[in-house]
Amino acid sequence: MDAVSLNEAWVNLLSLAPEIGQAGLETLIMLSIGLFSALVLGGPLGILLYLSQPGQMFANRTLCGVLGWFVNLVRSFPFIILLVTLGPLTRVLIGSTIGPVAASVSLSFAAIPYFARLVEQSLREIPRGVIEAAEAMGASPLRIIVSVLLNEARSGLISALTILTISFLSYSSVAGVVGGGGIGDLAIRYGYYRFQTEVMVAMVLLLVVIVQVIQFAGNRLAARLDKR
Amino acid sequence: MIHLNQVEKRFQHPDGGWFSAVQPTSLSIRAGEIFGLIGFSGAGKSTLLRLINLLERPDAGAVLVDGQDLTALTSRQLRDARQNIGMVFQQFNLMANRTVAENIAFPLEVAGWSKHDIRVRVAECLDVVHLSDRAEHYPAQLSGGQKQRVGIARALASRPKVILADEPTSALDPRTTQSILDCLSEINQRFGVTVVIVTHEMGVIRSICHRAALLDKGEVVEIMDIANGQVDARSALAVSLLEAA
Ligand SMILES: Nc1ncnc2c1ncn2[C@@H]1O[C@H](COP(=O)(O)OP(=O)(O)OP(=O)(O)O)[C@@H](O)[C@H]1O
Ligand SMILES: [Mg+2]
Repeated sequence: MDAVSLNEAWVNLLSLAPEIGQAGLETLIMLSIGLFSALVLGGPLGILLYLSQPGQMFANRTLCGVLGWFVNLVRSFPFIILLVTLGPLTRVLIGSTIGPVAASVSLSFAAIPYFARLVEQSLREIPRGVIEAAEAMGASPLRIIVSVLLNEARSGLISALTILTISFLSYSSVAGVVGGGGIGDLAIRYGYYRFQTEVMVAMVLLLVVIVQVIQFAGNRLAARLDKR
Repeated sequence: MIHLNQVEKRFQHPDGGWFSAVQPTSLSIRAGEIFGLIGFSGAGKSTLLRLINLLERPDAGAVLVDGQDLTALTSRQLRDARQNIGMVFQQFNLMANRTVAENIAFPLEVAGWSKHDIRVRVAECLDVVHLSDRAEHYPAQLSGGQKQRVGIARALASRPKVILADEPTSALDPRTTQSILDCLSEINQRFGVTVVIVTHEMGVIRSICHRAALLDKGEVVEIMDIANGQVDARSALAVSLLEAA
């Protein structure tokens, strides 16, 4: 690129600043709703998945089998297929299939079982004896879940959330292409369809920075919480 | 204090067959004594101990602790009853993300004590096990012996009448072992707590127990009296264990 076209690229990017800001906001909306659903629904699902396993507090072969099967089923769908097939459901729930909120439905759908598995894996790290000690002291199931399971696994849970956030940043750009908007969508629309390479490069760089920041923050927090 | 009445515990093998880890067994443990459970690996010592606080539910028989039949309780009542029975583990089983003081506070939180009472009681228990200077440490920063003393302080915190200890010294070196045994012995004398201790070492029995049951293949072979470090044993198995020690 010579000086003139480099200058043009900057001017173009600056003129797109409102769109870029809007795209960032849309990505933030998709990510927030997806992660919120994952925490609120996927978290308890993961706890239940763990506790229903043989030898655990609510050991139940049927429940464990059904939950595991459901989680695997949803997780085996390629995200793009989930996105398309959930269109009708999204229309019922949101009234539209366009926009970041609509895209959040399928994002949430994928994030819930994903996070549930990550939570289950983190909880498995806790030695059985520690849970048993709490049982021997007469702790209630709720107290064991909150004070023992979640507290002992807290650093692993933060790492799980970090992984989830980064994966879903990338999922959200796929969702954006099907009408959700966001940073990935902007990169495709301007950078790919309109041959404005500088927009594509800028958006990818932006994503690179965001991922690095999330991972760094996640690592720091996980390390600080880990007293093992 | 503890009466096991024809308790039995069976486990299912992976191949579907059943076997009795504890054969129908009756045992009475007096208030204020240190009672040992000794036997070879797989004899059923841990299972028998865990029947006392119903960590294992017996397939038959009754478990009476402090006059209460634990097998007849609802799960809520059982949780209350368990606050009266402390437990100490071979692998300590402390919560890694809680400080020493917070670990000892846990059973008191469970029992619904006030923050102020918890602070006072935790300090007392730390003093009993000589760990007052480690209150704000995390378990990972402690030696094995120190961890076990935290385990004992935790078991003691809610002023239980009974403390169950499953091989509390098996992960420790001989000198540390003695300090832990002394600690349990002191708690027994000072607070009148009944202690049931599982071990595979005659040395432990000799050192602190008043009486001990010898287990083999899920059955009590003999109940031995211990006086002045002398074990009064008759069965061939007990005699051979004594000679080996
Ligand atoms: N949850 C379980 N499921 C199946 N079998 C078990 C279970 N717990 C214990 N057993 C079996 O019951 C028998 C007695 O076990 P227990 O742990 O009570 O022995 P122990 O005397 O404490 O031995 P050790 O000195 O090795 O700890 C063993 O054969 C063991 O394999
Ligand atoms: Mg054992």
